[in-house]
Amino acid sequence: MTPVLQVTNIRKQFGGLTAVDGVSFSVNEGEILGIIGPNGSGKSTLFNCVLGQLQPTEGEVRVDGQLVTGLRPCDLNRLGVSRTFQLLQVFPQLSVRDNLILAGQEHRGSMGTRLFGARDAGLTDDANRMIEFFRLSHVADEKAGGLSYGQQKLLDAAMAFMAGPRLVLLDEPAGGVNLTMLGHLRERLQAINAEQNATFVVIEHNMEFVMALCDRIIVLAEGKVIAEGTPDAIRSNPEVIEAYLGH
Amino acid sequence: MMDFLTSRAFKGRVFVLLMVGLIVLPFFLRPFGLLLVAMWMVHAVAALGLNLTLGYAGQISMAQGAFVGIGAYCTGLMTLAGVPYPIAFLCSGALCFAIGWILGYPALRVQHHYLAFVTLAFSTLVFLVMRNEEWLTNGIYGLTDIPRPILFGWNTGKAQDFYFFTLLMTSMLAFCVWWIIRSPWGRAFIALRENPVRALSLGVDTRRYTLMAFAMGSSIGGFAGALYAPLVQFFEPNSFSLTLSLKLLLMVIVGGSGTFFGPFIGAATEVLLPEWLRIAQGYYLIIYAMLVMVLMMFCPTGIIGLGERIISHLRQKKISSERSAQAQAMGQDKVAQTKSDTQGGAGQ
Ligand SMILES: Nc1ncnc2c1ncn2[C@@H]1O[C@H](COP(=O)(O)OP(=O)(O)OP(=O)(O)O)[C@@H](O)[C@H]1O
Ligand SMILES: [Mg+2]
Repeated sequence: MTPVLQVTNIRKQFGGLTAVDGVSFSVNEGEILGIIGPNGSGKSTLFNCVLGQLQPTEGEVRVDGQLVTGLRPCDLNRLGVSRTFQLLQVFPQLSVRDNLILAGQEHRGSMGTRLFGARDAGLTDDANRMIEFFRLSHVADEKAGGLSYGQQKLLDAAMAFMAGPRLVLLDEPAGGVNLTMLGHLRERLQAINAEQNATFVVIEHNMEFVMALCDRIIVLAEGKVIAEGTPDAIRSNPEVIEAYLGH
Repeated sequence: MMDFLTSRAFKGRVFVLLMVGLIVLPFFLRPFGLLLVAMWMVHAVAALGLNLTLGYAGQISMAQGAFVGIGAYCTGLMTLAGVPYPIAFLCSGALCFAIGWILGYPALRVQHHYLAFVTLAFSTLVFLVMRNEEWLTNGIYGLTDIPRPILFGWNTGKAQDFYFFTLLMTSMLAFCVWWIIRSPWGRAFIALRENPVRALSLGVDTRRYTLMAFAMGSSIGGFAGALYAPLVQFFEPNSFSLTLSLKLLLMVIVGGSGTFFGPFIGAATEVLLPEWLRIAQGYYLIIYAMLVMVLMMFCPTGIIGLGERIISHLRQKKISSERSAQAQAMGQDKVAQTKSDTQGGAGQ
C-alpha cells in the first residue's frame, strides 16, 4: 500500500542554521501520527516544507505516491491536503459560517462558476453541519474575530476539514485550549478520523493529548528524528526523556 | 426599531427611496445641479472600483485616477474619431482591465507602502504620457468637443438626458460590483485582505485573485472615465493628475472602505459638499480637512462604520434596558408566586 504521505530526507537551512536536518517519515491511510519535540526543534518548519509554504533545501514529498515538492499551497490543498497553523488563523471580519464556506468554496467549480454561480457555492448545508459538529451553532452568524480563543481554535480546525481532506496536518491544535474544550477537540478529531478515514499528522506539546490521540509518534530534536514508536514506547524511551528534560 | 435599522428591509427601502429621488431629481434641479449630481455618480463609480481593489482585496492603489484618465482618453479619442459610444465604452473598460492586470504583478511581490509607491509611480507615468505624447493625446490642450452619445435614437446631448444616461450606467456598474462582492469572489477578496497565507492554505489562488482585484477595480475606473469624457466634454491631463487618485483614495476611506455604500457617501463628501458649503468659501477646505482628521482618529472605518457604531451602541442600550425591565418583571412574578403560595397554604 502506498502511504498517503511520504517525506524523504527533508532538509531546510536558514542561512547557517539547519532547522530541519534530513527528516524522513511516512503516514498510512487512516493513521494519526504525532510529532513532538522541544521548542525550536524544527516541527513547524517541517510542516511548512511539506506543505509548500517553504521550499525545502533538499528532499522530496509525495502524496499518494505523487511528487508534490514545489507545488503551491493552494494547489496542494486542492489535492486534498489541508492544515492549521501554530498561531491561530481565522478571518476575523468574516462570520463563522463564511469562514467555513471560504474554506470549501475553492474546491467547487472554476473561477467562472464561482463568479456567476450561487453566493454560497452550495456550501451552506456543509458549513452548518460542520458548525454543529464543532458545537459553534450559537455563534454561527457572528464575526470570527469576536469569538473566544478556544472557539476560534475550534473554527480554525473546522476550516481544515471543510473540504473533506484526505490528509490533515495540525500544528498544535490544543495550544491554549482549556481542559474541557481539549477533550471535546480530541473527540471531534477521532470522530472525523473514524468516519471519513482521514489521515492526520499532529504537532503537539500537550503529552496527554498526543498520547491519547495518536497511533504512532515521532520525536524531533535539533532538526533530526531521534525516536519513533507507539505512545507507550515513546513514553519510556530514555533518549526522549533526555531530549525533553536534559536541556 | 434598532434591528430594523440594520435589517435588509430597511436597506432595501433606503435604496428604493434613493433611486426614486434620483429619478425625480431632474424635475427640481437646474442643468448645473444635474451635472453636479452626475459628477458625483461618476466619482462614485471610480471609487467603487478602488474599493474593490483596496477595500475588499486589501491592495493599496494610488493609480485609480490614472485609470479614470485612460478610460476618458480612450473614449474621448475614439468617439471623436467617429467610433460609436458603446464600443468606445467597452474598449475603455477592457484597456484598463489589461493594464490593471499588469499593474497587479508588483502586488504579488510587495505590499502596503511599497505597493503604494509602485502605483504612485505608475500614476505619474500615465500623467506624463497624457501631457507629453501630443500626437496621441493633444498634450496640455487636452481633448475638446467630445460628443455625447446617441443610443438607439436617444440623443443624450441635453443635461437632463445625459443625467438619466449616467444614472442608468451607474446603476448597471454598481450592480456588477455588488454582484462581485457578494459572490464567492468577494469572500476570497476579503480573505486575501485579512490573511493571505491562511487563504492560500485553504486553496485560494491568491495570485490570481490579486491580479483580478487589480484588473477589475481598474476596469471600473476605466468605465468611470468613459462616463466622465462625455459628461464634461472637455478635459486636459491635469484632470487626471495624482490629485484625483488621492481624492478617490480619500473617498473610499472617508466613506468606509470594504462596504458597498461607502464609496457613494465618500464621493458625496468630495463632490457635493464643496458646492453646498460654498458659503464657507476659503475656509471650506480647512473645515473639510479637519473633519477628515477627526473622523479618522475616532472612527477609522469611515462614515459607514460610524453609522454602524451608533446603531450598535443604541441597540446595546435597548437590550440592557429590556433586560432590566425583564428582571424587574421576573422579580414581581416571584413576589406574586410566593403570595399565591402562601394563599394556597392558607387555604389548606
Ligand atoms: N523563517 C525563518 N527564518 C529563519 N529562521 C527560522 C525561520 N523559521 C524558523 N526558524 C528557525 O528554525 C528553528 C525551528 O523553528 P520551528 O518553528 O520549526 O520550531 P518548532 O519545533 O515548531 O518550535 P515550537 O515548538 O516552539 O513551535 C528555530 O531555531 C527557528 O528560529
Ligand atoms: Mg512550531
